[in-house]
Parts: sequence; structure tokens; C-alpha cells
Amino acid sequence: MHTNSLYQEVILDHNRKPRNYGKLDHANHHAMGHNPLCGDRLDITLQLENDQITDIAFQGESCAICKASASMMTAAVKGKSRIDAETLIHEFRELATGKLDINNPHHLGRLTIFSGVRDLPTRVKCAILPWHTLHAALNSITDASTETNHDSAQAVSSKS
Amino acid sequence: MNSAKVSLKPEISSGFDLEKIRADFPILKLKIDGKPLVYLDNAASSQMPQQVIDRLVRYQTTQHANINRAVHYLSEVATMEYHNARCKLQQFINAREDREVIFTSGTTDSINLVMHGYGRKFIKAGDEIILTTLEHHSNIVPWQMLANEKDAKIRVVPINDKGELEVDEYEKLFNERTKFVGLIHVSNALGTINPIKRMIDFAHQHGVPVLIDGAQAAPHMNIDVQALDCDFYAFSAHKLCGPTGVGILFGKAALLESMQPFKGGGDMIASVTFEETLYNTIPHKFEAGTPPIAAAIGFGAAIDYLTTIGIARIAAYESSLLNYATECLNNIPGVKIIGTAAEKTAVISFTIDGIHPHDIGTILNQDGIAVRTGHHCAQPVMQRFNVPATSRASFAFYNKETEVDALAAGIKNVQKVFL
Repeated sequence: MHTNSLYQEVILDHNRKPRNYGKLDHANHHAMGHNPLCGDRLDITLQLENDQITDIAFQGESCAICKASASMMTAAVKGKSRIDAETLIHEFRELATGKLDINNPHHLGRLTIFSGVRDLPTRVKCAILPWHTLHAALNSITDASTETNHDSAQAVSSKS
Repeated sequence: MNSAKVSLKPEISSGFDLEKIRADFPILKLKIDGKPLVYLDNAASSQMPQQVIDRLVRYQTTQHANINRAVHYLSEVATMEYHNARCKLQQFINAREDREVIFTSGTTDSINLVMHGYGRKFIKAGDEIILTTLEHHSNIVPWQMLANEKDAKIRVVPINDKGELEVDEYEKLFNERTKFVGLIHVSNALGTINPIKRMIDFAHQHGVPVLIDGAQAAPHMNIDVQALDCDFYAFSAHKLCGPTGVGILFGKAALLESMQPFKGGGDMIASVTFEETLYNTIPHKFEAGTPPIAAAIGFGAAIDYLTTIGIARIAAYESSLLNYATECLNNIPGVKIIGTAAEKTAVISFTIDGIHPHDIGTILNQDGIAVRTGHHCAQPVMQRFNVPATSRASFAFYNKETEVDALAAGIKNVQKVFL
């Protein structure tokens, strides 16, 4: 286990100065993410126009891993199409759970610095929560929890 | 089985020699990522000494069979050893009779037994149950389930800024509808030792029975259920250097006899026909099915181990560790101790300015230091102090001052990472 490699400067910087932090006033999609094991909460608001994420913001109370993951995620998906965002969500989940071979082509770029969480099973959920919540927001599922079915598309939906 | 001669003679003998005690615990020799293990999560579960491990091995290799059943040799030995374990627990808490000690799967199971056996029979619509802000979820949720089922009401004793119960407010909650009190002896989240004797006496003046959740108290202080006069007292083996999967419920015999069984099955019956079942006497009425025989016998060995060292000596030593650790952590800028009660066990819940407890836990782990981070199954306590979670260092008698130093150094390292 190389914890130091997880708490790298990039992650610490995003924790200190999270990008896209706050709440969009005119969001047409939103979701609340919750990790009941540690009490972390995350609120994602986004503007989806013609299947493109034109703006996105997050806010909430969480650990550094979760906050940095959310910050880097919002920066990565802003301006992307819904399909491209879903691809990133899928790849990030695979990365965090140790199923992604980063030697094969992928779209995660600098997000691979989160690969260290795969060695810390209790922290995997911290890194994944923002992505889980983004998936829920894109699919109009208002509540996402790390403790429900991983395919949150099965959760009850209501469009915001 | 009662014909078996009960030996309560402890199986080990040693004085309070810290290095000797540490040598009893094989797990303390572990290295985590090359660093010596500093195990400060004893409030979650304590470690097991070789003496208890050996007892489990001896049972499994030479004594195991099902109990209270067959006439063969092994069944008689196992039945007798299981009964011996019950007697050790009886003596440990100074219960009047061994049949007042029921083996359960742990504290949570014990509380659920009282909820089902006593609560569902005697609590009615409009009745009130008093709990405290300090309760572990295991002494909240069962009573909420009961209150929802019966349309009863839960009243909550507040705590002050130090994490102490406001006993005056507790006394004001009593009225003619008050029917039950559930009270944690020692807070798992903060370490606060509650003045339970005074609170039990007050409840009894109103004719109200009291259940004590002793999960965090039994490992750290002498428990005398007759002196306390509590109606129920519950705790788990795995916090007393014993195995997981077993605990006890003490209940006053008359109360236990008045209660309905919790679980139905074998061993808890006197006779069964499809028309009618007659229940067995206590404690068997509450021990349906094959109990955790090995774990209960291991529990008895753990009690022997602890009583040989001496609970009073353990308490005195842990108190000095607490004072030292409190001083060390108070000297680190940015560290805030949550829970500063005058009477505490060796538990320190703390926050570090600007750093989430989970990050603290992960980085401390890198130094081989095991602490608990989170809400400690006591979310009302977290809400009271307006924090989502804390980090918690909880000490046992086998911890040493240099481990406190390691914790302090680890916390400074966490702060450095986040500087």
C-alpha cells in the first residue's frame, strides 16, 4: 500500500481549491450523493443542452479524496457530451476498483492519479461517490448512495 | 449438567508487567507496511491473548460437541464447560444467580432480546421510553422499532458541551407514562462514564426498569449488577479480549421469567406439541438453537485473563494512559478533543482543523496506527457537536506510552501532508 502516492500534490491542491464548487442556479439536472458509511454528502448540479454538459458544479461535505475527485471530475466532463461523460464514469469506476488496465487506451488522463485507492477498499467509495452522483444526475436519479445497487440507473428517478 | 464441579480458578497468573502482558498478544507483533502495529481501536474490538486462543484450541481439539443433548462424554464435557463460562460471567458481574446470565450473540442481540421479550410484552401505546443522546445506534434503533410498532414515544436525555449527560433533565423527563429507560454506561464515541447508579435509583423511584448498555464499560471497570441494582446489563466478549459472536445479557430473574421468549427453537422449550409449546426455564428460554459454545468458553477464558490482571489495575493504568494522551493531543495546535467529561474511560475522539477524519485515518494507517474514523454508530452525538465524524483513539491496558507518542507524531504528519 502506497498511501503517499494517493495524497499527491494534485489531489491536495484540488482539495484546497476545488474547481466548479457551488451550485448552479439554472441547472436542469441534479443529484445528491451520499455515503452512509462516512456521512459524506455531495450535491451535483448541471446544465445539459443537446446532450452536452455545458456547465456543472458540486458542493458538499467530504474527505479530501472525494472532494478532489469531484473537482477533477467536473473539470473533466464540462463541455463533454453525455455519452463521453458516461464513458469516463465507467472508466473511473473500473480504475478505482482495480479493474482497468491503464496500459490499454482510456480517456482518464490525469484522473489516473486516483488509481491508488484500489489498494484501500474503504476509500474506494470516497473516490467513486462524485462519479456515482454524476451518473445519477445525468440519468435524472435524484438520490445516489454508495450503498445501493452500483447500477444506480435502477434507483427511483424524478427529473429536476 | 449442574452436577459438574464448577471451577472458577483463573487459568493464568501474572502481575501487571506491561511487556509481559504485551507478549501475551501475538497480534501486537504485527508490522503494517513495515511499521509496528499501533492498535488504538480497542473500543471497536480488543485483541485476544494467547491464553484465550489456546483455550479455543483446547476446546475444539478435545472438548467439542453439542450441549444439553446427548449422554456421551464430549457432550457432557462441552455442556459443563459452557456452564462454567456462564458461572465465570456471573461472578464477573456479581449476579445473584447463574441463570440470570444469558448468552447472546453480543450487546446488540442482548438489547434486541429485551426489546422483544420485555418491550413488546409490556410497552403500550402512549408509553414513553427514555434514552440518551450518548446511546450507540444499537440502543436507539430497537426502541424506535418498538415505538413505531406500539405507538410509544422516545424521550432523549441531552448532554452538555463536555459530553456529559444532563442528569437534571433526565429526572424531569419522568412522568406516569414513563415505562422504560435505556442507558449507555460508557459512551463509545466520547468515553464519558455516566452516573448510572444515581439514574437507576431515580428510575426505580418511579417503578421504571433500566437497561444498561455496558459494552464500553465492562472492559474497563468493575461491574456489580447487585450494587447497581440495574434490571438488565449487556456487553460483548470481543471488547474484553474474547471472541466475536458472543455476549451476555444479565437480567433480574423475576423480570426474565416474566418476559416472552425472543427466538423460538430447540433448547428453549420444555415440551412441544403442535397444539402447545411449554417454554424452558431461564436462561434456556432465551437461548434457542445451538449457542456459540466455543466463543462462550473463550469468553470465560478472557474473563479469567482479565481478572487475573485485575480490572481495578487495568482501570488505573488506562486512566494514566488517558491523561498522558490527552496532554499530548492538547499540545498539538489544530487538534480538538471532542468529549471532555470529568469521568472518562481511555477514549479520545478528536478532530483536526480542515482535515476530514477519513483522510486522517488513512494517513495514520500509513504509520501503522489503527484508529477508528467515522460517526462511531452514534450519529446523535456527532450532531450534538456539529461534526460529521471524528477520529477516535481508544486505548487498552496493553497499549503503552510510546504508542501515544506515535499517535501524536502521526497526527503531526497528517497536518504536514495537508499544509
